[in-house]
Amino acid sequence: MEYFVQQLINGLTLGSIYGLIAIGYTMVYGIIGMINFAHGDIYMIGAFVGIIGFIVMAILGITWIPLALLLVLVMAIVFTSVYGWTVERIAYRPLRGSQRLAPLISALGMSIFLQNYVQLLQGARVKPMQPMISGGLQLMDGGVGGFTVGMSYMQIIIILLTVVLMAAFTLLITKTALGRMQRACEQDKLMAALVGVNVDRTISLAFVMGAALAAVAGVMVTLYYGVIDFYIGFLAGLKAFTAAVLGGIGSIAGAMLGGLAIGLIEALWSAYFSVEYKDVAAFSILILVLIFRPSGFLGKPEIEKV
Amino acid sequence: MAVETQVSSSEENGRPALDWQAIGRELFFTALVAFGLTFVLVGMQTADRGGELIIIPRFTDVVYAIVMLTLGRFGYIMLRYRRASFVLIASLAAFGLSFVLPFPSLFLETMCMVGGLLIALMAVVTLIRHRPGIDMRERDRAMDRAAARFQELSRFIGPILVVFAIILPFLPFMDRQYIDIATLLLMYIMLGWGLNIIVGLAGLLDLGYVAFYAIGAYSYALLAVSFDLSFWVCLPLAGVLAALGGYLLGFPVLRLRGDYFAIVTLGFGEIVRIILLNWYQFTGGPDGIGGIPRPSFFGIAEFLPASRDGITFAELFGIDFDPMHRLIFLYFLILALALLVNMVSLRLRKLPLGRAWEALREDDIASQSLGINRTNIKLAAFTISAAFGGFAGSFFATRQGFISPESFTFLESAIILAIVVLGGMGSQLGVVIATILLIGLPEVFRELEQYRMLAFGAGMVLIMLWRPRGLLAHRDPSILLHGRKGPGADRIEAEQKAAEATR
Repeated sequence: MEYFVQQLINGLTLGSIYGLIAIGYTMVYGIIGMINFAHGDIYMIGAFVGIIGFIVMAILGITWIPLALLLVLVMAIVFTSVYGWTVERIAYRPLRGSQRLAPLISALGMSIFLQNYVQLLQGARVKPMQPMISGGLQLMDGGVGGFTVGMSYMQIIIILLTVVLMAAFTLLITKTALGRMQRACEQDKLMAALVGVNVDRTISLAFVMGAALAAVAGVMVTLYYGVIDFYIGFLAGLKAFTAAVLGGIGSIAGAMLGGLAIGLIEALWSAYFSVEYKDVAAFSILILVLIFRPSGFLGKPEIEKV
Repeated sequence: MAVETQVSSSEENGRPALDWQAIGRELFFTALVAFGLTFVLVGMQTADRGGELIIIPRFTDVVYAIVMLTLGRFGYIMLRYRRASFVLIASLAAFGLSFVLPFPSLFLETMCMVGGLLIALMAVVTLIRHRPGIDMRERDRAMDRAAARFQELSRFIGPILVVFAIILPFLPFMDRQYIDIATLLLMYIMLGWGLNIIVGLAGLLDLGYVAFYAIGAYSYALLAVSFDLSFWVCLPLAGVLAALGGYLLGFPVLRLRGDYFAIVTLGFGEIVRIILLNWYQFTGGPDGIGGIPRPSFFGIAEFLPASRDGITFAELFGIDFDPMHRLIFLYFLILALALLVNMVSLRLRKLPLGRAWEALREDDIASQSLGINRTNIKLAAFTISAAFGGFAGSFFATRQGFISPESFTFLESAIILAIVVLGGMGSQLGVVIATILLIGLPEVFRELEQYRMLAFGAGMVLIMLWRPRGLLAHRDPSILLHGRKGPGADRIEAEQKAAEATR
């Protein structure tokens, strides 16, 4: 029981990170119907900006952890968003309205480019980071010889931050003018343009918002695992996309739910079966879900029109 | 940041007047974006010093990058205002300066050179055409015409290329390195043709083609190493096993459409790779499988200096031993396999099966209502394509002599898919051209190891931007009711001419 609860906590933490990345995929897919393969690498860039940010904070002498964390988050969000915006502007916008595969190939190219760009600039070796936030709470004491369930402060921060961001983001999408524009473009771009929505800007903003959330996920991962390299974006991006599909692509709550599901599956599978095959488990479940419920948990079933 | 060409009312000799405020805004924005892109990742390099990360500042690089990007944007804006001669001189000056200025890195120097030349080229185009650049539709039409002409020529180009490929190894300048590159190119051409059946003909987006390639390679390696079977027995077996893999995967997932299908194939590719990586007892895990036997000369003779049991290739033909013999044999082997794939897919296209593929690609629902069994037809495409992937895989295994899961990453799938899409889906010749561009060019620039993949990624983006439908996208219909000049062909042609004239 204790062991299970512990894995549940680990899975929730992991799932929060996947969920944050998955929102970027699902928003972009919702609006322009493309798989943004470079999104995983945007997350990787977020992690790199984060790790550099922490060193800068140390140099500047900002040692009060909440302030340092806040500043690094802001820095990561700002600089990563610029990448998100630029990628859309350069590689996707000119291809809007051409055949379906063109933006996909362009995105693949962008992903390869970004990986090698970071590798060239920052080196291929893994970047280690000293743990900044240590310690945690003890939730359940297993007694003598039993299993003690703990929740590190880092896990608490990740889960809390994700909940706060999700709440803020949901408010943004449901209550503000910006969110209304997003939803309008999602439903019908032409009609939205006719009633005065700047479609180009709205799509750009979707990329910027996705990049911002991915940047937060990147900073969190840097803190949580303590090592990053230029290749982390690929697998995380793949799993986050899996999460988005699992939750029902196009649905923001679904992305979060899918992220949590993938995180839990991974944690529980590693705990009870084998660590090596945790990715196989995640992908197999994706295949099963797609076969039996192609629209995911919360997606609307696609209606075929002739 | 879509800034439209502002045609001001006050024009000086036919050119729009400069609106300095707008230009300033745009330049400031460009500089800001350039700063955002470069300040952290370029400006601060992290380095590991005794387990702790430190920052090595590189702010000169940042300044150079920002200035270069802003100047480039300025040139672009000036072209929009049709100050072409000024831009031409300035960009050529920048190109010249790139040799003189003390750039902090070779990369920036190259960027300055290439950027200067590109803007100069755009300026020349503007000078000739009296307006900036060529718009997308014009370019597309021009490329379509070129592609159509090329397609007409392809019935000659095809055989010429085949003859060229056959005499290639005997040309005097061919040495070991060139044969290796040619073999590599043919391998990707074969994979491209194989994938073309799924993507180009059946219109299914497969992001996990490398899985079948891997199944083929491992089937061959395991069969050959464990059971001591010869290449000629293993090759068909590997194809059959890969086809079986395709069948098993295709059966459940072919009901999915579009992107869902793509993501499932991607997942399958990763699953295969992870299993290969972790099933240590069976596949050797990350260590891979080594000592894979080389192919013999059709089971008759070995490519060895001396053979213990049996004769060597050199003895068979009474010539001196030369290690090149095997390489040339491998080259011909892959050439034959690739041509086989090409021939089969060209013939299949003319069969009812191939027509059903193309019909499904064009309209799923209409084909189904005409009585085409969607799942079975797609499954056939998937299985055949997988078998070809398996053949390519076993060739890969025998050529390398060593395989490990590292060779079968998603990147490989992406490259093969890029070849098919860049070439123009469904075009066989397009695959050849795209392979030469994507695989051949980077091979030539092997010394620039670091920048190779960077340029590869950028190249993929640029080709797509330049020609979104693929290089040879134009394709004649496979079948016409009344032949090439059917009833009404003259009328249609006349109408087209008239439309062209009025445009």
